Amino acid sequence: MTSLNFETIFQSKIDDETKIEPKDWMPDAYRKTLIRQISQHAHSEIVGMLPEGNWITRAPSLRRKLILLAKVQDEAGHGLYLYSAAETLGADRDDLVQQLLTGKAKYSSIFNYPTLNWADIGAIGWLVDGAAIMNQVMLTRTSYGPYARAMVRICKEESFHQRQGYEIMIAMAKGSPEQKAMAQDSLNRWWWPSLMMFGPSDSESTHSDQALKWKIKRKSNDELRQQFVDVTVPQAEYLGLTVPDPALHWNEARDHYDFGEINWDEFWSVVKGNGPCNRQRLQARVKAYEDGAWVRDAAIAYAEKKEQRKLAPEAAVKAA
Amino acid sequence: MKNTWPLWEVFIRSKSGLSHKHVGSLHASDAEMAVENARDLYTRRNEGVSIWVVESKHITASDPDDSDPLFEPAKDKIYRHPTFYSVPDEVTHM
Ligand SMILES: [Fe+2]
Ligand SMILES: [Fe+2]
Repeated sequence: MTSLNFETIFQSKIDDETKIEPKDWMPDAYRKTLIRQISQHAHSEIVGMLPEGNWITRAPSLRRKLILLAKVQDEAGHGLYLYSAAETLGADRDDLVQQLLTGKAKYSSIFNYPTLNWADIGAIGWLVDGAAIMNQVMLTRTSYGPYARAMVRICKEESFHQRQGYEIMIAMAKGSPEQKAMAQDSLNRWWWPSLMMFGPSDSESTHSDQALKWKIKRKSNDELRQQFVDVTVPQAEYLGLTVPDPALHWNEARDHYDFGEINWDEFWSVVKGNGPCNRQRLQARVKAYEDGAWVRDAAIAYAEKKEQRKLAPEAAVKAA
Repeated sequence: MKNTWPLWEVFIRSKSGLSHKHVGSLHASDAEMAVENARDLYTRRNEGVSIWVVESKHITASDPDDSDPLFEPAKDKIYRHPTFYSVPDEVTHM
């Protein structure tokens, strides 16, 4: 069979909603796109632990601390599910990690913003996990089987993340004037970066068409962003907080909210590495990796020793 | 040094009475650690009562390109299904 035939069969499977599985034939570009997207997604989960980890020791109560610990641990889990999905495409885990640590691979820019006050932990759960959920719910129907299955697991865990964040926002917004001001300040800082999480607008997005044709994505960046604005604005209203966008208003005719233009200069500047925390985040990951090296080596040495004992118990005893 | 912890496939029995089901994979230096990591990674919300791990390299899979010759022969043997046979309405418990 020619590769053209393979490609036709591949596309017709996609069109019929048959999932692509690891050993199935797939175009090189499909494999590459998925490895890039899934590993970037994995990196985002891992780096995403840092801004929230910043508040674990300073959570205002034991209850909040337990919840935040569980959430951050979930994010580590999400990263691992995703690396595992990328490996089914033939990617090497260590290569992927190296790409992150050397700055070659990207992760979601949202995690390059700092967490300045406790309300930020609320805003992250509510807005950042909320925006991630929009994207991830769509990805439960992505065409690549292992990616879709990882997303189903992740989505099941995400809704607790968003609810615990919103609960923090309620506590702050209905609290003292100072607490309410903190909640408003945090919404002011996280609103626009959350909208940027959906990526460049459709007219600028280079990979979008092919990704839609292959059903890697099933909705465009702008569609997802609109969906997010539509569900989130009433949630902000319930909190009695003001969304920091003077252009925001309900458009009866469109049956959607209209909203202001995103500051794309800021978006690209953070993507290129000049956000408030890009360097700090990468340094933290590199340090964690290097500090953990002896643990990884020791575990291998221990596993080898145990293996040798199993093979030749007497020799091992003599050597010891 | 390059991280050489091997890859393990993880299977979870969600409750007694059900089979173990593949849930994903992870890296671990040995089988014992693979079970511990699987506990932390795949059963944080009571998803399981039992875990199997097997090093990925020990799994032999059928080739999807061979799926026609492998599975086609079963397709035309419709007489293996009960619906192939007609039973008179008067006959019950069958
Ligand atoms: Fe996550
Ligand atoms: Fe999350």
